[in-house]
Amino acid sequence: MLSRRQKRLSAVVLVLTLLGGAVAAMLYALQQNIDLFYTPSQLVEGLGKDKIKPVVGQRLRIGGMVVEGSVKRDPNSLKVSFDLIDTGPIVTVTYNGILPDLFREGQGIVAQGVLLDPVTIAASEVLAKHDEEYMPPEVAEALKGIRHVPPSQQQKADGGY
Amino acid sequence: MFKWLHPLAKPETLYHFCRLCYPWLMAAALLLLALGNIWGLAFTPPDYQQGDSYRIIHLHVPSAIMSMGTYSAMAIAAFTALVWQVKTAQWAALALAPIGAVYTAIALLTGMAWGKPMWGTWWVWDARLTSELILLFLYLGVIALSGAFSDRQTGAKAASLLAVVGVINLPIIHFSVEWWNTLHQGASITKFARPSIDASMLWPLLISILAFKVLMLALLCLRLRTAILVNEQHRPWVKALAGER
Repeated sequence: MLSRRQKRLSAVVLVLTLLGGAVAAMLYALQQNIDLFYTPSQLVEGLGKDKIKPVVGQRLRIGGMVVEGSVKRDPNSLKVSFDLIDTGPIVTVTYNGILPDLFREGQGIVAQGVLLDPVTIAASEVLAKHDEEYMPPEVAEALKGIRHVPPSQQQKADGGY
Repeated sequence: MFKWLHPLAKPETLYHFCRLCYPWLMAAALLLLALGNIWGLAFTPPDYQQGDSYRIIHLHVPSAIMSMGTYSAMAIAAFTALVWQVKTAQWAALALAPIGAVYTAIALLTGMAWGKPMWGTWWVWDARLTSELILLFLYLGVIALSGAFSDRQTGAKAASLLAVVGVINLPIIHFSVEWWNTLHQGASITKFARPSIDASMLWPLLISILAFKVLMLALLCLRLRTAILVNEQHRPWVKALAGER
């Protein structure tokens, strides 16, 4: 025979286990819907077990690394296009607007827009993603060989975009 | 093991224990807060990518960690109150809720202020941001539920159950950046590998985290004392205490 305390204990633990299980099952079922963005390989190869590919004209977010040397700017307007990569496939993003300060080649970004053709997205919003590493400029230069140039001086260094 | 804890379940002993601890904890919290924040905000080097904007980490990360830490403390107290029916644990759980809610609000607001210049947006519905917002709603739910019944006991019990059940959200917040694609970056220090933050920036951050923790304990002592006096106002020892003044 259980004492009243043991009964309360088992009741609380039971409620917690059942709810925990329910939430875990729910999150598992919603797995792909909770992702904020597609990666380029998910976009090209399809998502999940069923390899569902987004259709042309669908609104979606794409997240990946900006390919070095792929940023092309229109000299007369704010139009810009660049390529995104994660593990293999490359997706092109076109955008008309001001890019965030952290936007650089080799930087992770998330773009929201409409799929124009299976590998091109017309973005309406571009967000910069940054990683979890924080270090002073001198350390970054020694460790990674990254020369930090503040965005305000970057234009001079690169000859102006 | 819990022998030294048992006397503290008695309201009168706990009241005097809190009164003894409060000034020390508060002094330590203010000292650590000043040290960690001034060091972090003014004397650390800028970040190689984010420049000076990254300094908001010294407010954002401590408040975010302690929003979850306070929730675990609240849930443990609520669990103790539900199962062993310790009324002081009940009061402690309810005393912790507003503290945690404010920490969560600070974490969300500083996160937004950081997101705007760095990511380019105030808010995005990714898994980390959304689950932290749910944590704020859980805190507000606990506070609201405890006051929603005309019988204070019933309200406290319902609030405790919500606090215990809401614990499910904590692993979701912590692992959200690993389980799903998020705009929020991964963990820098709450992981088993070496922290991916330079030592010159890590130390003030750790001091600030400790400061937020000690501040939580100090505020808990203060709020718990009030709660004990309110709940025990008809007891002789409280009347004697009031008569002293």
